[in-house]
Amino acid sequence: MTVIVAKELTTALAALREHADARLIQGGTDLMVEINFNHVKPTTMVSLRDIEELRTIRTVTSGIMTIGSGVPYSVLEGEPVLSAIPALAQASRTVGSPQIRATGSLGGNLGTCSPAGDTLPVMFALDAMIHLNTLDSSRVVSIHDFMTGVKRSVRQHDEIITAIDFPVVNGWQGYSKVGVRNAMVISVASACLVADHENANVRIALGSVGPTIIRCRESEAWLKSVHDLSAGQSISLDVASEFGRRAAAESSPIDDHRSTAEYRRHAISVLASRLLRKAYQ
Amino acid sequence: MATSSTVTKPRDVLGTSALRPDGAHKVQGSFEFTSDMHAENMLWGATLRSPHPYARIVSIDTSDALALSGVHCVITARDVPGKPTYGLISSDQPVFAQDFVRYMGEPVAAVAADHPETCRRALALISVVYEVLIPLTDPEDAVSGAHDPIHPDGNVIRHQRIIRGDQFATGPIVVEGEYVIGMQDQAFLGLEAALAIPDSDGLGVHLHVATQWLHEDLKQISACLNLPAEKVRLTLGGVGGAFGAREDISLQVHCCLLALKAGRPIKMQYSREESFFGHVHRHPATIFMRHHADANGKIVKIDARFVFDGGAYTSTSPAVLINGITHTQGPYKCDNATVDGFAVRTNNPPCGAMRGFGVVQACFAHESQMDKIAAAVGKSPVEVRLINAMVTGDPLITGQIMESVAPVARCITETDAIPMPEPLGKTINELALPGGSGLTASRSNIVRGIGWGVSMKNLMYSEGFDDYATARCILKDGVASLKFATSEVGQGFVTLAPQIARSVLGVDEVIIEPIDTQIGSAGSTSASRQTWMSGGAVDGACRLVRERLFHHVGKMHDIDPLRLVIDGTDIADQVGTFRISVEEASDGIEFSETFEHHHRATEELDENGQGNCHTAFAFVAHRAVVDVDPELGLVKVVQIATAQDVGRVLNPLSAIGQVEGGIAQGLGLAVMEEIVMQDGKVRNPSFTDYLLPTALDAPEVVAVMIEENEPQAPLGAKGIGEPPCISVTPAIVAAIRNAIGKDIERIPVRPQDICL
Ligand SMILES: Cc1cc2nc3c(=O)[nH]c(=O)nc-3n(C[C@H](O)[C@H](O)[C@H](O)COP(=O)(O)OP(=O)(O)OC[C@H]3O[C@@H](n4cnc5c(N)ncnc54)[C@H](O)[C@@H]3O)c2cc1C
Repeated sequence: MTVIVAKELTTALAALREHADARLIQGGTDLMVEINFNHVKPTTMVSLRDIEELRTIRTVTSGIMTIGSGVPYSVLEGEPVLSAIPALAQASRTVGSPQIRATGSLGGNLGTCSPAGDTLPVMFALDAMIHLNTLDSSRVVSIHDFMTGVKRSVRQHDEIITAIDFPVVNGWQGYSKVGVRNAMVISVASACLVADHENANVRIALGSVGPTIIRCRESEAWLKSVHDLSAGQSISLDVASEFGRRAAAESSPIDDHRSTAEYRRHAISVLASRLLRKAYQ
Repeated sequence: MATSSTVTKPRDVLGTSALRPDGAHKVQGSFEFTSDMHAENMLWGATLRSPHPYARIVSIDTSDALALSGVHCVITARDVPGKPTYGLISSDQPVFAQDFVRYMGEPVAAVAADHPETCRRALALISVVYEVLIPLTDPEDAVSGAHDPIHPDGNVIRHQRIIRGDQFATGPIVVEGEYVIGMQDQAFLGLEAALAIPDSDGLGVHLHVATQWLHEDLKQISACLNLPAEKVRLTLGGVGGAFGAREDISLQVHCCLLALKAGRPIKMQYSREESFFGHVHRHPATIFMRHHADANGKIVKIDARFVFDGGAYTSTSPAVLINGITHTQGPYKCDNATVDGFAVRTNNPPCGAMRGFGVVQACFAHESQMDKIAAAVGKSPVEVRLINAMVTGDPLITGQIMESVAPVARCITETDAIPMPEPLGKTINELALPGGSGLTASRSNIVRGIGWGVSMKNLMYSEGFDDYATARCILKDGVASLKFATSEVGQGFVTLAPQIARSVLGVDEVIIEPIDTQIGSAGSTSASRQTWMSGGAVDGACRLVRERLFHHVGKMHDIDPLRLVIDGTDIADQVGTFRISVEEASDGIEFSETFEHHHRATEELDENGQGNCHTAFAFVAHRAVVDVDPELGLVKVVQIATAQDVGRVLNPLSAIGQVEGGIAQGLGLAVMEEIVMQDGKVRNPSFTDYLLPTALDAPEVVAVMIEENEPQAPLGAKGIGEPPCISVTPAIVAAIRNAIGKDIERIPVRPQDICL
């Protein structure tokens, strides 16, 4: 196996072009597991770790925070992300253990694209945009178009995810994840809720309850139609419960060895209604 | 402050928190586990396993694998020169499956090759044709005879009943329940590993292996290899935990066979996934219990029926069954009982020893029942347990008299006296709420519950088994060398043995010789027995040496040896002023003594389950404080208070380590640890999906050690390894019930069991 340790993005992009089976590695917390289980056997690995530009957080235009695909979770847990995109900081805190968070990244979470990926519901709720570069082109894809199925995305072999744009929303946001232990656990059901006070709307995205992350657009529309969602409002228990029920109805969970569809649906209804109540406390 | 001579280093004698000799190495990563071993010219071994829970083997073709470059040999059942089967109690488990595979993961063949990757490819090239059969997965079908025998020995491994006292006794209170216990894994961190080195003449083999019982391994391995016992030598490799899972043979025979066939050293090591298939697990069980009590809640009679799922092969199922049913009453007086117990064979993974050994299952049932009695008579869980608490001299339901020190009431009251944790909501650390880092709840979503569990656990082996232990002590030039075959699996015997020698002999330097089969058996590191048994053997050997030393000193200095005592590192005359250091007294002389420690004899149960079958007992109480999110079914165990009957604390640090570790393991069974089975297939053979408690799940542990010297124990100390994990599980479940007001009869408790 050849490992190409790229210092520049172009080196990595060129290596991808050159080697048809090359695999990118950032933190390696997904890829090394796959290799150890013999699920993949790349002959060429392209390490992104030393590419500085992938490890930066910047606010270019106001209202958008652009986070490099290689920034580790341990950084995302704290400032400036904690204040600007608290749901992303919370989601980052729930990932694995300190060892995993010290090296795992958004690029890897997107690269794997599992419906249990903890940062993906945050991207879905915030309408994040994904930057993809090749050696000679670049494009920006909405997260809603990026993820196409269980561990499937529109990323092409020669593309590197360089950064993710997160809108900085004025309002409240939170991420909750249900697992069977109190830390380091794959999500059984999760939800990210964003209350945009300026635009008086609420957005909610669900993880681990369908083949992709699920944005509950009908529930969102229903809520907007029955309630003023600008700042200073408060949400009754009845409205919150109904919102929870509707969000659960939009999920499509399955039974597996981690949980049952019934429990997952129930958990979504509880998470959605709790998050909504918190958003307007 | 610089004073010159007054600082004396405390000596690591009995009663001190002497540190583990291997502790720093383990923390720094320099300890050599068996999987780190290496030999010149070594090959790798790997095992082919059945993908089916039950199938007939039509044919096995190894020719393609053999033809692969780098492969040295491939072996199957046909290559086993000796006994084709092995087993701890009944030799019914094939070294390699011959006609049938009876569980998913059963070994079918093994290869030796130059690299693990070559092994992996070779395994893929072995073609096995199976005729897949419908597996027997419901233990009740084994009991009822609804399924044809899946093994020549039949589907019922053992059936035993206990009939005691008045069979028609009853009382105004009758409570019952059917309790279900899921399959727990020992989940030791150091995976199965061995290195087998063939003798240069090819007529014998030296096996370095991580095991719990070298001599039992030796016996089974040499029979399968068809070699005389002296041609097979075992040395203990570095062991990373055991908890019962290393009591049965796993890769030992395979590794030796490959080494003898290839004529080269063979290293084998399992992956985490393979480990789930490579060792036995805790028995899943279904237990029906009905308690009859008087209006005060005093137990009048217990009816019970146990079904333990032994999986495909016997392993220790017969002994687990006996432990389970003989602990039906728990640590409570009971004069009348009707108990029926089955250990049965199914096409599920074989089950055998795990910390608590059958008593864990029984305890979950009897403690759940005690709470039902308490509720029925309007008493608190503590009151009803105190009313029933057993004392020394009470007869058990087997007719055996409780001869051990039995401070059951003290365990309960001292646990009760431990302060409660601070009230819910006092701290605002969200991570400490149920759901932890998932941030699923606010304080207002959480309710708190308190629950109790008390247990009795037998120590050492039972039913007439003489599980003795052997140790040798050599004293020379003030240095003691200890030799024993006691498996150090993390429990701390390598810390304790030198403490004993220092206390008895007045030496400071103690050398532990290699732990191997070049001395008599030590018995298994299980059943909470090594401090008592191997500790007794080391103590005995050291005392014999001390006697000879005193005799020698007495003769040299014309003092009656009976007047001599060890005082620190000196020998002193109790009557006169004579004093000599142990070092000087043993200068240039060697005293060597070997001692076997046997425990009191026990006997088998008769057909009515009567007989003095157990050796000794230990007791413990647990009080759990648990926060529950009733809507999401998530749990956080806040505090475990415990008072444990230990006889005597020999090393406080070691003792609290056992208590805290056992509690974490019992917590795992209560709320998360389960091998999920479907149609005989394991669904979660990984640490991604078999969940163990993390630091955020571990509770605060407040422990009290109850020290009432046990006269039968050589050091006054009872075994302390198993009790911590037994009654903590029912205590946690009781606390969950208390929090949500709902009955739960299955463990582990899953979120949906709480909220749906
Ligand atoms: C013990 C453990 C616990 C875990 N817990 C969680 C958890 O709680 N929640 C969770 O969501 N995940 C969890 N994971 C999974 C993993 O940590 C995350 O998915 C993480 O985000 C992966 O990031 P990484 O940088 O390590 O990715 P890598 O392993 O380096 O890469 C993962 C995939 O993404 C591709 N890739 C990486 N970077 C890029 C890029 N810039 N452009 C294009 N493709 C790229 C790789 O080629 C690979 O296919 C856990 C993993 C482990 C081992």
